[in-house]
Amino acid sequence: MKKAILARKVGMTQIFDDDGSAIPVTILEAGPCTVVLKKTEDKDGYKALQVGFEEARRKSLIKPQAGHFATAGVSPFKIVRELCLEGSEDYQVGQVIKADIFQQGDFVDISGISKGKGFAGSIKRHGQSRGPMTHGSRYQRGPGSLGSIDGARVFKGRNMPGRMGGEKVTVQKMKVVQVDPEKNLLVIKGAVPGPRGSLLMVKDSVKAS
Amino acid sequence: MMDLIKQVQKGYYKEQVDDFSPGDTVRVHFKVVEGNRERIQAFEGVVIKRKGEGLNESFTVRRVSYGVGVERVFPLHSPKIQKIEVVRKGDVRRSKIYYLRDLKGKAARIKEQRR
Repeated sequence: MKKAILARKVGMTQIFDDDGSAIPVTILEAGPCTVVLKKTEDKDGYKALQVGFEEARRKSLIKPQAGHFATAGVSPFKIVRELCLEGSEDYQVGQVIKADIFQQGDFVDISGISKGKGFAGSIKRHGQSRGPMTHGSRYQRGPGSLGSIDGARVFKGRNMPGRMGGEKVTVQKMKVVQVDPEKNLLVIKGAVPGPRGSLLMVKDSVKAS
Repeated sequence: MMDLIKQVQKGYYKEQVDDFSPGDTVRVHFKVVEGNRERIQAFEGVVIKRKGEGLNESFTVRRVSYGVGVERVFPLHSPKIQKIEVVRKGDVRRSKIYYLRDLKGKAARIKEQRR
């Protein structure tokens, strides 16, 4: 990971691209993220940046948290996350990461927590196909056979109904359509995980060549 | 939140959209790219609906060509639309004139609006 930023999902709309076709886009409010702490090889055993996103009121923090921000000499933040960046040594505490680390036309990977789907059957959860609805079928949306009789048990990893969604999902190689560092806006082509207002991490794409 | 979406949409609106409503017969001048050549194609027919709002608004034009009904959906603010020409103002009582799909021949005509 060379660059990354925290963002909030604002919502989706459609805009027109250069040749006039309508494209679906997701709008993200990305950054500004302030470096709160640098994790170093000698002290912590790994290199990372601890960044804060969205300023918080002092009153809403407990004292140890407030002290942590005070030592760094930065304003308090609601959200603190670690970014394991290559070349994190080059950053200074207090440095601000803004949306302009990405340019129009860049490809990014976006991680977030997907929408919770509740207890879902194996058709929705694993993409299994259903049985015939008519002709006396009596088998519509069930999970199917759980294995051969020879196994005498159900093997691990069998696709079964259960809780779906609400887990970390990463979508890869999403195109950046627009960047507005002044308004902290990133416009991405296509959909990103999670409901509106959810926290996302935008990083440079591992697949982009 | 909604304001941010509106800010992004801002630059994409057409300054002026030709005024027309369902029931009107329109000629849509649409840019078509063939290879690296660009030309204007006209599609004439009856507007059977306008759908959505703001930048996402679209409209559907229906025409019967060689006995086959053809419906095309255009985004209202698409930069590919060069011009929307109102050929005839129609007099209809609803905003979605889907009933036109079931009518043929003489019955499928729409009264012209009196001015």
